[in-house]
Amino acid sequence: MSRRLAHVDRVGVEERAAQLGKRSIKTSAKQQGIRLAVSMVDLTTLEGADTPGKVRHLCAKAVCPAPTMPEIPSAAGVCVYSALVGVAHEALAGTGVKVASVAAGFPAGQVSLEAKLRDTEDAVAAGADEVDMVISREAFLAGDDARVQREVARIKDACGDAHLKVILETAELGSYDHVRHASMLAMEAGADFVKTSTGKASSGATPGVCLVMLEAIRDYAEVTGRIVGFKAAGGVSTSKAALHRLVLVKETLGDEWLTPERIRIGASSLLNDLLLQYAKTETGRYGRAEDFSKE
Amino acid sequence: MTTEPRTSIVWDYAPAPEATDHVRLRDRYGLFIDGASRDPAESRYEQTLNPATEQPIAEVAWAGPADVTRAIDSARAAQPKWAALPDRERAKYLFRIARLIQERARELAVVETMDGGKPLRESRDVDIPLAAAHFFHYAGWADKLRYGVNAREVAPLGVVGQIVPWNFPLLMAAWKLAPALACGNTAILKPAETTPLTALLLAEICQEAELPAGVVSILPGDGETGATLVRAPGIDKVAFTGSTAVGRDIQAALAGRPTSLTLELGGKSANIVFEDAALDQAVEGIVNGIFFNQGHVCCAGSRLLIQESIIETLIAKLWRRMGRLRVGDPLDKNTDVGAINSAEQLQRIETLVAAGEDEGAQRRTIACELPEHGYWFAPTLFTEVSPAHRIAVEEIFGPVVSVLSFRTQAEAIEKANNSRYGLAAGIWTDKGAKAFEVASALRAGVVWQNTYNHFDPTAAFGGYKESGFGREGGPAGLRPYLKIAR
Repeated sequence: MSRRLAHVDRVGVEERAAQLGKRSIKTSAKQQGIRLAVSMVDLTTLEGADTPGKVRHLCAKAVCPAPTMPEIPSAAGVCVYSALVGVAHEALAGTGVKVASVAAGFPAGQVSLEAKLRDTEDAVAAGADEVDMVISREAFLAGDDARVQREVARIKDACGDAHLKVILETAELGSYDHVRHASMLAMEAGADFVKTSTGKASSGATPGVCLVMLEAIRDYAEVTGRIVGFKAAGGVSTSKAALHRLVLVKETLGDEWLTPERIRIGASSLLNDLLLQYAKTETGRYGRAEDFSKE
Repeated sequence: MTTEPRTSIVWDYAPAPEATDHVRLRDRYGLFIDGASRDPAESRYEQTLNPATEQPIAEVAWAGPADVTRAIDSARAAQPKWAALPDRERAKYLFRIARLIQERARELAVVETMDGGKPLRESRDVDIPLAAAHFFHYAGWADKLRYGVNAREVAPLGVVGQIVPWNFPLLMAAWKLAPALACGNTAILKPAETTPLTALLLAEICQEAELPAGVVSILPGDGETGATLVRAPGIDKVAFTGSTAVGRDIQAALAGRPTSLTLELGGKSANIVFEDAALDQAVEGIVNGIFFNQGHVCCAGSRLLIQESIIETLIAKLWRRMGRLRVGDPLDKNTDVGAINSAEQLQRIETLVAAGEDEGAQRRTIACELPEHGYWFAPTLFTEVSPAHRIAVEEIFGPVVSVLSFRTQAEAIEKANNSRYGLAAGIWTDKGAKAFEVASALRAGVVWQNTYNHFDPTAAFGGYKESGFGREGGPAGLRPYLKIAR
C-alpha cells in the first residue's frame, strides 16, 4: 500500500515557530521557565570515552544541579549508553532521577532487529527506567512503514515496564511531511515519547521540527485519548532556546503538558546555561561558565 | 506512562509591557504646513485618545477650509521645484525619511500602539518596518520612473490630496506619500481623526530630513476636513483609503472634473480552505487573516470558506487555537489582540454581531478577561452562516469571522466571487495547479496562496468592484501618480 502523507507547509510552520520565539519571557516568568526547563533535562553523555567515574559525576549533577540555589529542582534523567546503565542506576537509586539508556543500535540503527532487542533487554536488565531508540531510517526512507512500526513495537515489548522514547532523527527525514508521518508511525506502534534527534546528526530540535511533532502529538491524543510525551534533543543549548521550546509546548498543547512526565529536553551543555541565566535573574549580573561544575 | 505531574511549577508569561518613557510626545500638535507646525486658522484642537484606556494622549489641531487652502498654496508653490530636482536628489530625501523611520522605529511603534490600540508586536514587527520599506522601495524608483511604466515619457501630476484610515496610520501614510513624492508630486495628507499622532511624528521626520517646505503637508481632521480637501480646486489627484460609502461620495464629487482618483475601499475577502490543505498552517493563516489588527484590515479574511469534508476538523482546530489568543494591553509584548480603535467602531461591530445572532448564525466568542476601561471585543467565530446573512455580506471590520461551507472547487470560486467587494482572497491547498487555477478565477486584487495578510512594498495592492480601483505598491503603484505619454 502506498504511503499517505498529511500535508505540512514548510513556510507556515517556520513562521509560526519563529513567531512563538518572540514571546517576551522576563522576570518571574523567566525564573519559573528556567526551573521548569531544568526539571525536564535529560542530562546526557554519549561518548566513547564515558567511564563509570564520569557517569557518577553526571548523576550527582542531575540530582543537585546547583547546591547554592536550592530552589533549582533535580533534572529529569541521566541518559547514557547501555553499558553504563548499571553505574547510573546505582548512583541514582532513591533520587527520583530517571536512568535513560540509548539502545537498539544507536545512533545509526543499522543493525539487525535481534541485536536491537538484545541491546534493549540488556539496558532494562541493568536498571534503565527509559529506553531511547532510533527508528530505522533505512526502512522509513525506502517507504517500508510496516517495518518501522514492527521494530518499534518489538522493542516496546522488550522494554517491559521501561518507557520507550522513539527518536525520529528528523535531520535525515528530509521534510516536515515526513517528520509528521514518522511521529504518527511511532505513536501508533507504542512509543511513550517521540524524540527529535540522536544529537549525532547535522541538526536537531529546530523550532519547526518541534512544532510539527507537537502538533502530531496533539492530534494523536485527540483521536486516541493516549498521551505521548515529547523530547527535544539536539541543538537546544541555551536558555533562550529551551524557553522557546517550552513556549511551543504551552501554545500548541497547553499548560497541562508543562511537566517532565510529558516533556523532556535532551542536552549536555544546556543545564549550565540555565543555571547561569537563573543566577543572573537573582543577582542581576552575568556569571562565568566556571561558576558551575561541568558535571 | 503516568500522567500525574511530578513538579508543580506553573508557568505563565509575566506582564511584559513595552517601556514608554523614551517617548516624548508634546501636549499639543499643530498642522504641518509649509515645512513647519502651524496653528489652525479656526484654533480648533481636539484630543486624541488611547482606545485601550480612554485616556487622552495629546491635543491635535484640526484643519479647516482656510488651512486646506493654505496647504494647497504651499504645495502648489513647492511642486515645480520639487519635480525639477534631479531624480536622484528626490530619492535622497526619501532614503533619508526611510532611515529616520528606522532610527525612530521604537518610538513610532509605541505611539502607533498607544494611539490606535493595535498590539505592539504588530506595530513593531509589521507597521513600522513596512513603512520604512515603502520609502526605501520608492526611493529606488525615483530615478527609474519611466522604466516602471514600459519606458514611456512621464511627468508628475502636481499636487495630490491623500486621505488615510485609522487601521494602519503610519503605514498607509507611507503607502501614499512615498510613490507620490518619488514621482515628483507634492502631497497633502489627512490622517484619520482617531490616529493622527504618527503622521505628526512623520512631519517631524520630514523636517529632520530637510525636505523642502511645502512638499509634504499634514492636516489632521475629521471627515469634513477630508471632504474640503478632495473638493478643493488646485488638487490634481485624490488618493483615498477608507470606507466604500465615503469613497462613493468622493467619486461623485469629482465626477466631471479633471482631478484623477484612486480608491482603496472596503472588503469581505474570502479565505478558501480546500480539503488537501496543510490544516495546521491554514489555521494560522485564518487567525492571521481575521484577528491581525483586531480585524481592522480592509483585506481581512472575514469570509472563511471551508470544504465540507473537513469543516468539523478545521473548526475544532481553529476554535482551540482561538482559545490561545492573548487579548489585552496592546503595549504588552505578548499581546496578540489589542483594543478596538474607537467607541464608534466597537458599536458597529456589536451591531453586526447582534444581527448575526438574530439571523440564526451560531456565535462563539472566546472566554477571556477584558480590561475594565477601553474598547474591547473578544475574538468571535460564526458558524451556520448562510450566504445571505448580513455577517456574510457586510464588512464588520472587527475580530469576527463568518464560516461558510462549499463542496467543490467550482462552488468555492462562485461563492468567493459572490460579493460586491473584491479586495483580497486566500487559497489553502497543497496542489499547485489548483491554487493557480482558482487564483485566476477569483475577482480579487490580491490572492494569497497558503498565507494571508502578507504585505510587501514590491507587490501591487488594490481592489476590484466596490473595493476600489488603482494600485499601490511596486511599479504599478507609480502609475496613479504620473502622467504617462501614450
